[in-house]
Amino acid sequence: MNDTKSPSRNAPKAPEAAGADRPQDNGGGLFTGRGLVCVRGGRTVFEGLDFTLKSGDALVLLGPNGSGKSSLLRIMAGLLKPGGGDLLWYGYAVTDDPESHHARQHYVGHLDGLKAAMTVSENLSFWTGLRMGEAPPPGLIRNALDTFGLDHLADFPARMLSAGQKRRLSLARVLASPADLWLLDEPAVALDRESVATLEQAIARHRRRGGMVVVATHSEIALSRAWPLYLDRFAPSSGLAELREDAATALGDGGHKSARASRQEAQP
Amino acid sequence: MTGFWLIVRRDVVMAWRQGGDGFMAIMFFLITVTLFPLSVGPESTILARIGAAVVWVAALLATLLSLERMFQSDFEDGSLDLMAITPLSLEAVVLAKCLANWLLTGAPLLLAAPVLAMMLHMDREGLAIFVTAMALGTPSLVFTGAIGAALTVGARRGGVLLTLLVLPLYIPVLIFGVGAVEAAVMGQPAQPHLLVLGGLLLGTLPLGLWASTAALRQALE
Repeated sequence: MNDTKSPSRNAPKAPEAAGADRPQDNGGGLFTGRGLVCVRGGRTVFEGLDFTLKSGDALVLLGPNGSGKSSLLRIMAGLLKPGGGDLLWYGYAVTDDPESHHARQHYVGHLDGLKAAMTVSENLSFWTGLRMGEAPPPGLIRNALDTFGLDHLADFPARMLSAGQKRRLSLARVLASPADLWLLDEPAVALDRESVATLEQAIARHRRRGGMVVVATHSEIALSRAWPLYLDRFAPSSGLAELREDAATALGDGGHKSARASRQEAQP
Repeated sequence: MTGFWLIVRRDVVMAWRQGGDGFMAIMFFLITVTLFPLSVGPESTILARIGAAVVWVAALLATLLSLERMFQSDFEDGSLDLMAITPLSLEAVVLAKCLANWLLTGAPLLLAAPVLAMMLHMDREGLAIFVTAMALGTPSLVFTGAIGAALTVGARRGGVLLTLLVLPLYIPVLIFGVGAVEAAVMGQPAQPHLLVLGGLLLGTLPLGLWASTAALRQALE
């Protein structure tokens, strides 16, 4: 199966088809979704969505507002039940053992989950401790805060933080305890340039260690060899989807709907 | 320290720091009960007759006050999302939050109740039974209330709805709680009433956890 470069209305970076051969259903993926459907408030947001992630992969969710990027991340995290389809980890449905799935992922949503009355380090050590099942060693917390330049604010109440600092604290939570899968929903919102660079480095380090990352983003985050996933292509009645269907049938593809992941080159 | 105790500690510490949330219930309880001797008059016969009922109703309303905040703030700031996807099950999270809520409302009521009971001229054997009944009854109030708190999470003006949902469910605890004290005062055995209160606690514990967890899952979708 050859990947074709499908038209996209809103690609922030032009996807290159070069070297984009990416079998979607070879079963070799660590974390895969098959035929995922998302229904919100009676409306089908996307359907027939497939994705495959292997060790070290990054998947970038793209699409206009309301195309279901956040919903897909919440489905991946296990917060939202998909309207159909399966989510598999090593070929086993994640719903078989949700607690293990929770233990191997970090989710950063739109909300930071920070308590204004608690200090920065208390907030971080609470969330890290909750994941580890014990109070985390202070060194771990200091390191994570240090990475995002929050160490000097460790003893300040979280209410003093700016929007960008709150975001950095959320991202520090991801660094403080290990997880195979990072699910980041608009992680760069409110971040300054320097923090975005720190985030990019953290993601690159995570991937070198074999971790996987799924990022929904509108803003520029440079990720090398990331697979873009255009969610608007899975909208149920969009003309684009039908066009693609027709083209696929004409090409003898049997109308197989899959993420037309194409290789996205690193952008400086 | 396990995740469970981290949540309990966090909720208690936060209530302590924010002041208002934690002490509101106990202050409300004290003031409401104090209003009765002032309004009914200091006649000991009347106060002794209504004492148990007054303290129970006040405890019920005080518990109700604290329920609205139980899941609401965690829901609003995204904490509940994160708690739902920790390795800890959501049932354990809810149990931890119920325990923290009881420590902040039920336990102080238990401490204040004997003083108030004396103020209302409740007699001595009634007092011991009364405290036992409160110890068995207040956790039931929290577990039952958690269902309402979880159902109304995210609802606008959820407080009123919460009251309407939860107050009718409090009636059994009220009946047997007051019944236990009255039996003791009348010289009848209070044990059957206490056993029923214990039974209610054993029933509301799993049922409350199960129902409120299900309601929270629904709210998080």
